[in-house]
Amino acid sequence: MPTVLPAAFAELEPFADWAIPTERARYAKRVSSTMDELQAFYDAAFPRIDDALAYLEQFPIDGIPEDATRLLWLYCALMTASFPVESWRQPRVPDSGAASFDAVLEPAV
Amino acid sequence: MPHFTKPAEGSWTEHYPELGTGLVSYADSVSPEVYEREREAIFARTWLNVGRIEQLPKVGSYFTRELDAARTSVVVVRASQDEVRAFHNICRHRGNKLVWQDFPHEETSGTCRQFTCKYHGWRYNLEGECTFVQQESEFFDLDRQDFGLASVQAEVWEGFIFVNLDPRNTTPLRDYLGKFAKGIEGYPFHELTQVHRYRAEVGSNWKLFIDAFTEFYHAPILHAKQSVAEESRRLTDIGYEALAYEIDGPHGMVSTWTGGAPPKDLSLVKPIERKVRSGLFGPWDEPDLGLDELPPALNPTGSKLWGLDSFLFFPNFMVLIWKQNWVITYHYWPTSYNTHIFEGTCYFAPPKNGRDRLAQELAVVTFKEYALQDGNTLEATQTMLESRTPIRTFPLNDQEILLRHLHTTAQRFVDEHERAPAPAPARV
Repeated sequence: MPTVLPAAFAELEPFADWAIPTERARYAKRVSSTMDELQAFYDAAFPRIDDALAYLEQFPIDGIPEDATRLLWLYCALMTASFPVESWRQPRVPDSGAASFDAVLEPAV
Repeated sequence: MPHFTKPAEGSWTEHYPELGTGLVSYADSVSPEVYEREREAIFARTWLNVGRIEQLPKVGSYFTRELDAARTSVVVVRASQDEVRAFHNICRHRGNKLVWQDFPHEETSGTCRQFTCKYHGWRYNLEGECTFVQQESEFFDLDRQDFGLASVQAEVWEGFIFVNLDPRNTTPLRDYLGKFAKGIEGYPFHELTQVHRYRAEVGSNWKLFIDAFTEFYHAPILHAKQSVAEESRRLTDIGYEALAYEIDGPHGMVSTWTGGAPPKDLSLVKPIERKVRSGLFGPWDEPDLGLDELPPALNPTGSKLWGLDSFLFFPNFMVLIWKQNWVITYHYWPTSYNTHIFEGTCYFAPPKNGRDRLAQELAVVTFKEYALQDGNTLEATQTMLESRTPIRTFPLNDQEILLRHLHTTAQRFVDEHERAPAPAPARV
Protein backbone atom coordinates (compact mmCIF):
# COMPACT_ATOMS: atom_id res chain seq x y z
CA MET A 1 0.00 0.00 0.00
CA PRO A 2 1.45 3.42 -0.91
CA THR A 3 2.24 5.74 1.95
CA VAL A 4 0.10 8.88 2.16
CA LEU A 5 1.52 10.75 5.16
CA PRO A 6 4.83 12.60 5.51
CA ALA A 7 7.66 10.12 6.14
CA ALA A 8 8.19 11.33 9.71
CA PHE A 9 4.69 10.07 10.54
CA ALA A 10 5.03 6.61 8.99
CA GLU A 11 3.84 4.94 12.20
CA LEU A 12 0.42 6.56 11.64
CA GLU A 13 -0.03 4.96 8.19
CA PRO A 14 -2.31 2.24 9.64
CA PHE A 15 -4.69 5.09 10.58
CA ALA A 16 -4.47 6.86 7.19
CA ASP A 17 -8.18 6.10 6.65
CA TRP A 18 -8.83 8.92 9.15
CA ALA A 19 -7.24 11.46 6.75
CA ILE A 20 -10.66 12.55 5.51
CA PRO A 21 -11.18 15.93 3.80
CA THR A 22 -14.46 17.06 5.42
CA GLU A 23 -15.71 17.37 8.99
CA ARG A 24 -19.02 15.87 7.99
CA ALA A 25 -17.31 12.67 6.83
CA ARG A 26 -14.90 12.65 9.79
CA TYR A 27 -17.85 12.84 12.18
CA ALA A 28 -19.65 10.06 10.28
CA LYS A 29 -16.60 7.83 10.70
CA ARG A 30 -16.44 8.64 14.42
CA VAL A 31 -20.05 7.67 15.11
CA SER A 32 -19.76 4.47 13.07
CA SER A 33 -16.59 3.43 14.93
CA THR A 34 -16.39 1.38 18.12
CA MET A 35 -14.78 2.80 21.26
CA ASP A 36 -11.90 0.35 20.77
CA GLU A 37 -11.26 1.75 17.30
CA LEU A 38 -11.48 5.36 18.51
CA GLN A 39 -9.19 4.63 21.44
CA ALA A 40 -6.63 2.94 19.18
CA PHE A 41 -6.59 5.93 16.84
CA TYR A 42 -6.28 8.36 19.76
CA ASP A 43 -3.53 6.31 21.41
CA ALA A 44 -1.52 6.33 18.20
CA ALA A 45 -2.05 9.94 17.10
CA PHE A 46 -2.18 11.87 20.39
CA PRO A 47 1.41 11.11 21.45
CA ARG A 48 2.66 12.57 18.14
CA ILE A 49 0.54 15.73 18.29
CA ASP A 50 3.38 18.08 19.27
CA ASP A 51 5.39 16.83 16.29
CA ALA A 52 2.38 17.17 14.01
CA LEU A 53 1.66 20.74 15.15
CA ALA A 54 5.30 21.73 14.62
CA TYR A 55 5.30 20.06 11.20
CA LEU A 56 2.06 21.74 10.11
CA GLU A 57 3.23 25.12 11.34
CA GLN A 58 5.85 25.14 8.55
CA PHE A 59 3.28 25.41 5.77
CA PRO A 60 1.02 28.29 4.80
CA ILE A 61 -2.44 26.89 4.04
CA ASP A 62 -2.17 28.09 0.45
CA GLY A 63 0.34 25.71 -1.04
CA ILE A 64 0.46 23.13 1.75
CA PRO A 65 1.88 19.89 0.23
CA GLU A 66 -0.46 16.96 -0.34
CA ASP A 67 1.07 14.70 2.31
CA ALA A 68 0.94 17.52 4.88
CA THR A 69 -2.69 18.16 3.91
CA ARG A 70 -3.47 14.53 4.70
CA LEU A 71 -1.67 14.86 8.03
CA LEU A 72 -3.79 17.96 8.75
CA TRP A 73 -6.97 16.06 7.94
CA LEU A 74 -5.87 13.14 10.09
CA TYR A 75 -5.34 15.50 13.02
CA CYS A 76 -8.64 17.26 12.30
CA ALA A 77 -10.12 13.77 12.71
CA LEU A 78 -8.29 13.46 16.04
CA MET A 79 -10.09 16.63 17.20
CA THR A 80 -13.38 14.92 16.34
CA ALA A 81 -12.38 11.58 17.88
CA SER A 82 -11.07 13.19 21.08
CA PHE A 83 -14.55 13.82 22.47
CA PRO A 84 -15.56 10.15 22.78
CA VAL A 85 -12.16 9.29 24.25
CA GLU A 86 -11.62 12.26 26.59
CA SER A 87 -15.21 13.06 27.58
CA TRP A 88 -18.03 10.74 26.61
CA ARG A 89 -16.76 7.13 26.74
CA GLN A 90 -19.08 6.51 23.80
CA PRO A 91 -18.92 7.57 20.12
CA ARG A 92 -21.99 9.85 20.24
CA VAL A 93 -22.62 12.90 22.36
CA PRO A 94 -24.70 11.59 25.31
CA ASP A 95 -28.40 12.42 25.10
CA SER A 96 -27.98 13.74 21.58
CA GLY A 97 -30.32 11.04 20.26
CA ALA A 98 -31.65 11.91 16.85
CA ALA A 99 -30.19 15.43 16.85
CA SER A 100 -27.97 16.25 13.89
CA PHE A 101 -25.76 19.23 13.20
CA ASP A 102 -24.22 19.00 9.78
CA ALA A 103 -21.47 21.01 8.14
CA VAL A 104 -22.86 22.68 5.02
CA LEU A 105 -19.88 24.97 4.36
CA GLU A 106 -16.25 24.22 5.20
CA PRO A 107 -12.85 25.53 4.13
CA ALA A 108 -11.39 23.63 1.16
CA VAL A 109 -8.38 22.57 3.26
CA MET B 1 -24.42 38.23 47.08
CA PRO B 2 -23.98 38.60 43.29
CA HIS B 3 -20.46 38.29 41.91
CA PHE B 4 -21.15 41.07 39.43
CA THR B 5 -22.94 44.31 40.20
CA LYS B 6 -26.63 44.36 39.26
CA PRO B 7 -28.67 47.51 38.56
CA ALA B 8 -29.93 49.65 41.44
CA GLU B 9 -33.38 48.02 41.20
CA GLY B 10 -31.78 44.86 42.55
CA SER B 11 -31.98 42.74 39.41
CA TRP B 12 -31.49 42.97 35.66
CA THR B 13 -35.12 42.04 35.12
CA GLU B 14 -36.56 44.73 37.40
CA HIS B 15 -34.38 47.31 35.65
CA TYR B 16 -36.88 46.80 32.78
CA PRO B 17 -40.19 46.95 34.67
CA GLU B 18 -42.27 46.25 31.55
CA LEU B 19 -40.95 42.67 31.68
CA GLY B 20 -42.47 41.87 35.06
CA THR B 21 -41.15 39.05 37.21
CA GLY B 22 -44.12 36.67 37.12
CA LEU B 23 -44.45 33.19 35.70
CA VAL B 24 -44.18 33.02 31.90
CA SER B 25 -46.56 31.13 29.65
CA TYR B 26 -45.12 29.09 26.79
CA ALA B 27 -48.45 28.97 24.97
CA ASP B 28 -46.72 31.01 22.26
CA SER B 29 -44.50 28.03 21.40
CA VAL B 30 -47.02 25.20 21.00
CA SER B 31 -49.70 26.62 18.75
CA PRO B 32 -50.00 26.58 14.94
CA GLU B 33 -52.34 29.55 15.23
CA VAL B 34 -49.85 31.69 17.18
CA TYR B 35 -47.17 30.77 14.67
CA GLU B 36 -49.31 31.95 11.76
CA ARG B 37 -49.79 35.26 13.53
CA GLU B 38 -46.02 35.55 14.14
CA ARG B 39 -45.36 34.95 10.44
CA GLU B 40 -47.51 37.92 9.52
CA ALA B 41 -46.52 40.23 12.34
CA ILE B 42 -42.82 39.44 12.62
CA PHE B 43 -41.23 37.57 9.72
CA ALA B 44 -43.14 39.38 6.97
CA ARG B 45 -42.35 42.79 8.47
CA THR B 46 -38.92 42.95 10.11
CA TRP B 47 -35.38 43.11 8.73
CA LEU B 48 -34.02 39.56 8.33
CA ASN B 49 -30.34 38.76 7.89
CA VAL B 50 -29.93 36.51 4.85
CA GLY B 51 -26.16 36.44 4.35
CA ARG B 52 -22.80 38.17 4.20
CA ILE B 53 -21.42 40.44 1.51
CA GLU B 54 -18.52 37.98 0.94
CA GLN B 55 -21.13 35.64 -0.59
CA LEU B 56 -21.49 38.18 -3.42
CA PRO B 57 -17.86 38.72 -4.44
CA LYS B 58 -18.51 40.36 -7.83
CA VAL B 59 -21.18 41.85 -10.06
CA GLY B 60 -23.58 39.06 -11.00
CA SER B 61 -22.90 36.96 -7.89
CA TYR B 62 -26.18 35.78 -6.37
CA PHE B 63 -27.66 33.44 -3.79
CA THR B 64 -31.19 32.37 -2.96
CA ARG B 65 -32.75 32.14 0.49
CA GLU B 66 -35.81 30.09 1.36
CA LEU B 67 -37.84 32.15 3.84
CA ASP B 68 -40.64 29.79 4.70
CA ALA B 69 -41.65 31.84 7.73
CA ALA B 70 -42.26 34.81 5.45
CA ARG B 71 -43.82 32.59 2.76
CA THR B 72 -41.32 33.36 0.04
CA SER B 73 -37.96 32.66 -1.55
CA VAL B 74 -35.69 35.56 -2.37
CA VAL B 75 -32.80 35.92 -4.77
CA VAL B 76 -30.08 38.30 -3.60
CA VAL B 77 -27.64 39.66 -6.19
CA ARG B 78 -24.79 42.10 -6.60
CA ALA B 79 -26.15 44.26 -9.43
CA SER B 80 -24.39 46.32 -12.11
CA GLN B 81 -23.49 49.31 -9.92
CA ASP B 82 -22.10 46.98 -7.23
CA GLU B 83 -25.26 47.49 -5.18
CA VAL B 84 -27.02 44.61 -3.42
CA ARG B 85 -30.54 43.96 -4.65
CA ALA B 86 -33.14 41.37 -3.68
CA PHE B 87 -36.17 40.03 -5.52
CA HIS B 88 -38.95 37.60 -4.87
CA ASN B 89 -37.71 34.48 -6.63
CA ILE B 90 -40.63 34.22 -9.03
CA CYS B 91 -40.90 34.54 -12.81
CA ARG B 92 -43.43 37.16 -13.87
CA HIS B 93 -44.76 35.00 -16.67
CA ARG B 94 -46.56 32.18 -14.89
CA GLY B 95 -45.06 32.00 -11.44
CA ASN B 96 -42.28 29.47 -11.83
CA LYS B 97 -39.50 29.74 -9.30
CA LEU B 98 -36.86 31.71 -11.17
CA VAL B 99 -33.53 30.61 -9.65
CA TRP B 100 -33.00 27.03 -8.44
CA GLN B 101 -30.96 23.92 -9.21
CA ASP B 102 -32.20 20.32 -9.27
CA PHE B 103 -34.42 20.65 -6.18
CA PRO B 104 -36.81 23.62 -6.09
CA HIS B 105 -36.73 23.84 -2.28
CA GLU B 106 -32.94 23.90 -1.95
CA GLU B 107 -30.97 27.11 -1.80
CA THR B 108 -28.42 27.81 -4.49
CA SER B 109 -25.78 30.35 -5.44
CA GLY B 110 -23.61 31.30 -8.39
CA THR B 111 -22.73 34.04 -10.83
CA CYS B 112 -24.66 35.13 -13.90
CA ARG B 113 -25.11 38.03 -16.31
CA GLN B 114 -28.88 37.69 -16.22
CA PHE B 115 -31.56 35.44 -14.77
CA THR B 116 -33.28 33.11 -17.23
CA CYS B 117 -36.42 31.19 -16.30
CA LYS B 118 -36.08 27.44 -16.88
CA TYR B 119 -39.69 27.17 -18.01
CA HIS B 120 -40.19 29.50 -21.01
CA GLY B 121 -36.89 31.36 -21.15
CA TRP B 122 -37.99 34.80 -19.94
CA ARG B 123 -34.93 36.82 -18.96
CA TYR B 124 -34.26 39.50 -16.36
CA ASN B 125 -31.17 41.65 -15.88
CA LEU B 126 -29.41 42.12 -12.53
CA GLU B 127 -31.67 45.11 -11.83
CA GLY B 128 -34.69 42.86 -12.20
CA GLU B 129 -35.90 44.35 -15.49
CA CYS B 130 -37.49 41.95 -17.95
CA THR B 131 -35.18 41.95 -20.98
CA PHE B 132 -36.51 39.10 -23.10
CA VAL B 133 -39.84 37.39 -23.64
CA GLN B 134 -39.93 34.22 -25.71
CA GLN B 135 -42.22 34.70 -28.73
CA GLU B 136 -43.12 38.14 -27.46
CA SER B 137 -45.44 38.82 -30.43
CA GLU B 138 -47.76 36.00 -29.28
CA PHE B 139 -48.74 38.02 -26.20
CA PHE B 140 -51.45 40.65 -26.02
CA ASP B 141 -50.35 44.25 -25.45
CA LEU B 142 -47.50 43.05 -23.26
CA ASP B 143 -45.02 45.74 -22.25
CA ARG B 144 -41.87 44.14 -20.80
CA GLN B 145 -41.37 47.24 -18.63
CA ASP B 146 -44.40 46.21 -16.62
CA PHE B 147 -43.01 42.74 -15.93
CA GLY B 148 -39.84 43.25 -13.99
CA LEU B 149 -39.11 41.08 -10.94
CA ALA B 150 -40.86 42.04 -7.70
CA SER B 151 -38.18 43.74 -5.67
CA VAL B 152 -37.62 43.31 -1.95
CA GLN B 153 -35.98 45.93 0.27
CA ALA B 154 -32.32 45.00 0.84
CA GLU B 155 -29.71 46.81 2.92
CA VAL B 156 -26.25 45.98 4.21
CA TRP B 157 -24.91 46.63 7.73
CA GLU B 158 -21.21 45.92 8.38
CA GLY B 159 -21.25 43.37 5.55
CA PHE B 160 -24.40 41.59 6.78
CA ILE B 161 -27.11 41.57 4.11
CA PHE B 162 -30.70 42.00 5.31
CA VAL B 163 -34.04 41.95 3.51
CA ASN B 164 -37.41 43.30 4.59
CA LEU B 165 -40.42 41.71 2.91
CA ASP B 166 -42.82 44.47 3.85
CA PRO B 167 -43.08 46.83 0.86
CA ARG B 168 -44.50 49.48 3.22
CA ASN B 169 -41.53 49.36 5.57
CA THR B 170 -40.07 52.83 6.13
CA THR B 171 -37.51 52.01 8.85
CA PRO B 172 -33.94 51.96 7.54
CA LEU B 173 -31.99 48.87 8.59
CA ARG B 174 -29.52 50.77 10.78
CA ASP B 175 -32.35 52.45 12.68
CA TYR B 176 -34.07 49.10 13.16
CA LEU B 177 -30.90 47.46 14.52
CA GLY B 178 -30.53 50.30 17.02
CA LYS B 179 -27.84 51.14 19.53
CA PHE B 180 -26.14 47.74 19.72
CA ALA B 181 -25.45 47.78 15.97
CA LYS B 182 -24.13 51.32 16.07
CA GLY B 183 -21.93 50.35 19.00
CA ILE B 184 -20.48 47.34 17.15
CA GLU B 185 -19.71 49.26 13.95
CA GLY B 186 -16.06 49.20 13.01
CA TYR B 187 -15.56 45.62 14.20
CA PRO B 188 -13.44 43.94 11.48
CA PHE B 189 -16.00 41.36 10.36
CA HIS B 190 -14.56 41.60 6.83
CA GLU B 191 -11.26 40.12 8.08
CA LEU B 192 -13.01 36.95 9.26
CA THR B 193 -13.35 35.17 5.93
CA GLN B 194 -12.60 31.59 7.03
CA VAL B 195 -16.14 30.25 7.38
CA HIS B 196 -17.58 27.01 8.77
CA ARG B 197 -21.38 26.73 8.61
CA TYR B 198 -23.58 24.11 10.28
CA ARG B 199 -27.23 23.42 9.84
CA ALA B 200 -29.74 21.42 11.84
CA GLU B 201 -33.42 20.66 11.54
CA VAL B 202 -34.68 21.10 15.07
CA GLY B 203 -37.98 19.76 16.41
CA SER B 204 -38.90 22.80 18.44
CA ASN B 205 -40.46 26.22 18.16
CA TRP B 206 -37.89 28.76 16.92
CA LYS B 207 -38.02 30.76 20.15
CA LEU B 208 -36.96 27.79 22.27
CA PHE B 209 -33.53 27.59 20.64
CA ILE B 210 -33.05 31.32 21.05
CA ASP B 211 -33.99 30.78 24.70
CA ALA B 212 -31.25 28.18 24.99
CA PHE B 213 -28.62 30.47 23.52
CA THR B 214 -29.55 33.66 25.37
CA GLU B 215 -29.00 32.16 28.83
CA PHE B 216 -25.87 30.50 30.16
CA TYR B 217 -27.63 29.37 33.37
CA HIS B 218 -27.77 25.90 31.76
CA ALA B 219 -24.08 25.73 30.89
CA PRO B 220 -22.57 24.28 34.10
CA ILE B 221 -25.25 21.55 34.17
CA LEU B 222 -26.16 20.49 30.63
CA HIS B 223 -22.56 20.74 29.43
CA ALA B 224 -20.96 19.49 32.68
CA LYS B 225 -19.16 16.57 31.08
CA GLN B 226 -17.45 18.81 28.53
CA SER B 227 -15.15 19.95 31.34
CA VAL B 228 -12.73 17.86 33.37
CA ALA B 229 -14.41 16.56 36.55
CA GLU B 230 -12.87 18.95 39.08
CA GLU B 231 -13.63 22.03 36.98
CA SER B 232 -17.15 20.78 36.32
CA ARG B 233 -17.89 20.49 40.07
CA ARG B 234 -16.47 23.96 40.66
CA LEU B 235 -18.63 25.48 37.90
CA THR B 236 -21.76 23.78 39.24
CA ASP B 237 -21.09 25.09 42.75
CA ILE B 238 -20.56 28.64 41.53
CA GLY B 239 -23.50 28.63 39.10
CA TYR B 240 -23.66 31.21 36.39
CA GLU B 241 -23.89 34.99 36.48
CA ALA B 242 -23.39 37.25 33.48
CA LEU B 243 -21.30 40.41 33.57
CA ALA B 244 -24.24 42.42 32.21
CA TYR B 245 -27.50 42.32 30.28
CA GLU B 246 -28.97 45.11 28.21
CA ILE B 247 -32.16 45.56 26.24
CA ASP B 248 -32.71 48.00 23.38
CA GLY B 249 -36.22 47.92 21.91
CA PRO B 250 -36.76 44.41 20.50
CA HIS B 251 -33.06 43.53 20.73
CA GLY B 252 -31.05 42.21 23.67
CA MET B 253 -27.48 41.42 24.65
CA VAL B 254 -25.53 39.55 27.30
CA SER B 255 -21.91 40.23 28.17
CA THR B 256 -20.09 37.36 29.82
CA TRP B 257 -16.86 35.98 31.18
CA THR B 258 -15.58 32.60 30.01
CA GLY B 259 -13.30 29.93 31.43
CA GLY B 260 -10.41 31.76 29.82
CA ALA B 261 -8.43 31.11 26.67
CA PRO B 262 -6.03 29.95 27.94
CA PRO B 263 -7.51 29.12 31.36
CA LYS B 264 -5.58 30.16 34.47
CA ASP B 265 -4.95 26.52 35.35
CA LEU B 266 -4.20 24.27 32.37
CA SER B 267 -5.10 21.15 34.35
CA LEU B 268 -8.74 22.33 34.21
CA VAL B 269 -9.07 21.63 30.47
CA LYS B 270 -8.90 18.47 28.41
CA PRO B 271 -5.58 17.11 27.07
CA ILE B 272 -6.46 17.94 23.45
CA GLU B 273 -7.16 21.57 24.38
CA ARG B 274 -3.84 21.89 26.20
CA LYS B 275 -1.97 20.60 23.15
CA VAL B 276 -3.83 22.45 20.41
CA ARG B 277 -4.33 25.61 22.51
CA SER B 278 -7.98 26.00 21.59
CA GLY B 279 -11.46 25.09 22.75
CA LEU B 280 -15.01 26.35 23.08
CA PHE B 281 -13.91 29.96 23.56
CA GLY B 282 -11.74 29.90 20.45
CA PRO B 283 -8.04 29.56 19.62
CA TRP B 284 -5.92 30.74 22.57
CA ASP B 285 -3.43 32.53 20.32
CA GLU B 286 -5.78 35.02 18.74
CA PRO B 287 -4.99 36.67 15.39
CA ASP B 288 -4.10 40.35 15.25
CA LEU B 289 -7.05 42.09 13.60
CA GLY B 290 -5.54 45.53 14.03
CA LEU B 291 -8.19 46.30 16.63
CA ASP B 292 -6.52 48.79 18.97
CA GLU B 293 -9.70 49.43 20.89
CA LEU B 294 -12.96 47.50 21.04
CA PRO B 295 -16.02 49.24 19.58
CA PRO B 296 -18.05 50.75 22.48
CA ALA B 297 -20.84 48.14 22.56
CA LEU B 298 -18.32 45.36 23.28
CA ASN B 299 -17.34 44.49 26.85
CA PRO B 300 -19.67 47.25 28.10
CA THR B 301 -18.62 46.81 31.74
CA GLY B 302 -14.92 46.99 30.84
CA SER B 303 -14.37 43.74 32.74
CA LYS B 304 -10.95 42.10 32.80
CA LEU B 305 -12.79 38.76 32.84
CA TRP B 306 -14.66 39.54 29.63
CA GLY B 307 -14.79 36.73 27.07
CA LEU B 308 -17.87 37.12 24.91
CA ASP B 309 -20.75 39.40 23.99
CA SER B 310 -23.85 37.85 22.49
CA PHE B 311 -26.38 40.05 20.68
CA LEU B 312 -29.88 39.01 19.64
CA PHE B 313 -31.21 41.16 16.82
CA PHE B 314 -34.91 40.42 16.81
CA PRO B 315 -36.34 38.24 15.54
CA ASN B 316 -33.85 35.53 14.62
CA PHE B 317 -30.26 36.74 14.18
CA MET B 318 -27.60 36.41 16.84
CA VAL B 319 -24.02 37.67 16.69
CA LEU B 320 -21.46 36.38 19.18
CA ILE B 321 -18.21 38.33 19.33
CA TRP B 322 -15.43 36.57 21.24
CA LYS B 323 -12.42 38.07 22.97
CA GLN B 324 -10.27 35.67 20.92
CA ASN B 325 -11.06 37.64 17.73
CA TRP B 326 -13.58 35.36 16.12
CA VAL B 327 -17.33 35.45 15.61
CA ILE B 328 -20.28 33.08 15.57
CA THR B 329 -23.68 33.88 14.09
CA TYR B 330 -26.91 31.99 14.74
CA HIS B 331 -30.02 32.03 12.59
CA TYR B 332 -33.32 30.38 13.48
CA TRP B 333 -35.63 29.89 10.48
CA PRO B 334 -39.09 28.62 11.47
CA THR B 335 -40.65 25.99 9.23
CA SER B 336 -43.74 25.33 11.39
CA TYR B 337 -44.90 26.05 14.94
CA ASN B 338 -42.76 23.21 16.28
CA THR B 339 -39.90 22.94 13.79
CA HIS B 340 -37.17 25.22 12.57
CA ILE B 341 -33.87 25.20 10.76
CA PHE B 342 -30.94 26.31 12.87
CA GLU B 343 -27.77 27.64 11.28
CA GLY B 344 -24.57 28.24 13.22
CA THR B 345 -21.68 29.87 11.41
CA CYS B 346 -18.13 30.31 12.73
CA TYR B 347 -15.96 33.07 11.23
CA PHE B 348 -12.17 33.17 11.73
CA ALA B 349 -9.28 35.11 10.28
CA PRO B 350 -7.72 32.94 7.55
CA PRO B 351 -5.31 30.52 9.27
CA LYS B 352 -1.65 31.33 8.73
CA ASN B 353 -0.60 27.68 8.66
CA GLY B 354 -1.68 24.14 9.45
CA ARG B 355 -1.30 24.65 13.21
CA ASP B 356 -3.69 27.62 13.13
CA ARG B 357 -6.10 25.59 11.03
CA LEU B 358 -6.15 22.78 13.61
CA ALA B 359 -6.80 25.25 16.45
CA GLN B 360 -9.80 26.59 14.51
CA GLU B 361 -11.01 23.05 13.84
CA LEU B 362 -11.00 22.25 17.56
CA ALA B 363 -13.03 25.39 18.31
CA VAL B 364 -15.54 24.47 15.58
CA VAL B 365 -16.02 20.82 16.53
CA THR B 366 -16.30 21.78 20.22
CA PHE B 367 -19.07 24.20 19.26
CA LYS B 368 -20.72 21.30 17.43
CA GLU B 369 -20.60 19.01 20.47
CA TYR B 370 -22.31 21.68 22.57
CA ALA B 371 -24.91 22.41 19.89
CA LEU B 372 -25.82 18.71 19.65
CA GLN B 373 -26.55 18.69 23.40
CA ASP B 374 -28.57 21.89 23.15
CA GLY B 375 -30.54 20.75 20.10
CA ASN B 376 -31.73 17.49 21.58
CA THR B 377 -32.79 19.12 24.83
CA LEU B 378 -35.08 21.39 22.81
CA GLU B 379 -36.99 18.46 21.35
CA ALA B 380 -37.47 17.16 24.88
CA THR B 381 -38.83 20.54 25.96
CA GLN B 382 -41.12 20.97 22.94
CA THR B 383 -42.63 17.52 23.44
CA MET B 384 -43.60 18.24 27.02
CA LEU B 385 -44.82 21.78 26.35
CA GLU B 386 -47.20 20.26 23.81
CA SER B 387 -48.33 17.50 26.15
CA ARG B 388 -51.56 17.60 28.13
CA THR B 389 -49.80 18.10 31.42
CA PRO B 390 -51.57 20.73 33.53
CA ILE B 391 -48.37 22.81 33.78
CA ARG B 392 -48.71 25.92 31.65
CA THR B 393 -46.52 28.61 33.20
CA PHE B 394 -42.90 28.65 34.22
CA PRO B 395 -40.60 30.69 36.47
CA LEU B 396 -37.72 32.49 34.76
CA ASN B 397 -34.82 33.74 36.85
CA ASP B 398 -32.79 36.92 36.49
CA GLN B 399 -30.17 35.18 34.32
CA GLU B 400 -33.04 34.34 31.95
CA ILE B 401 -34.05 37.96 31.37
CA LEU B 402 -33.47 37.76 27.63
CA LEU B 403 -35.94 34.86 27.32
CA ARG B 404 -38.58 36.84 29.13
CA HIS B 405 -37.81 39.74 26.80
CA LEU B 406 -37.94 37.60 23.63
CA HIS B 407 -41.34 36.09 24.37
CA THR B 408 -42.71 39.47 25.48
CA THR B 409 -41.38 41.12 22.33
CA ALA B 410 -42.81 38.50 19.98
CA GLN B 411 -46.20 38.91 21.66
CA ARG B 412 -45.95 42.70 21.44
CA PHE B 413 -45.25 42.56 17.68
CA VAL B 414 -48.29 40.33 17.16
CA ASP B 415 -50.52 42.54 19.32
CA GLU B 416 -49.42 45.78 17.67
CA HIS B 417 -49.76 44.35 14.18
CA GLU B 418 -53.25 43.06 14.86
CA ARG B 419 -54.40 46.22 16.62
CA ALA B 420 -53.44 48.40 13.67
CA PRO B 421 -53.31 46.11 10.67
CA ALA B 422 -51.60 47.61 7.69
CA PRO B 423 -53.64 47.75 4.49
CA ALA B 424 -53.33 44.79 2.18
CA PRO B 425 -50.36 45.17 -0.11
CA ALA B 426 -51.16 46.81 -3.43
CA ARG B 427 -51.21 44.39 -6.35
CA VAL B 428 -48.18 44.75 -8.57
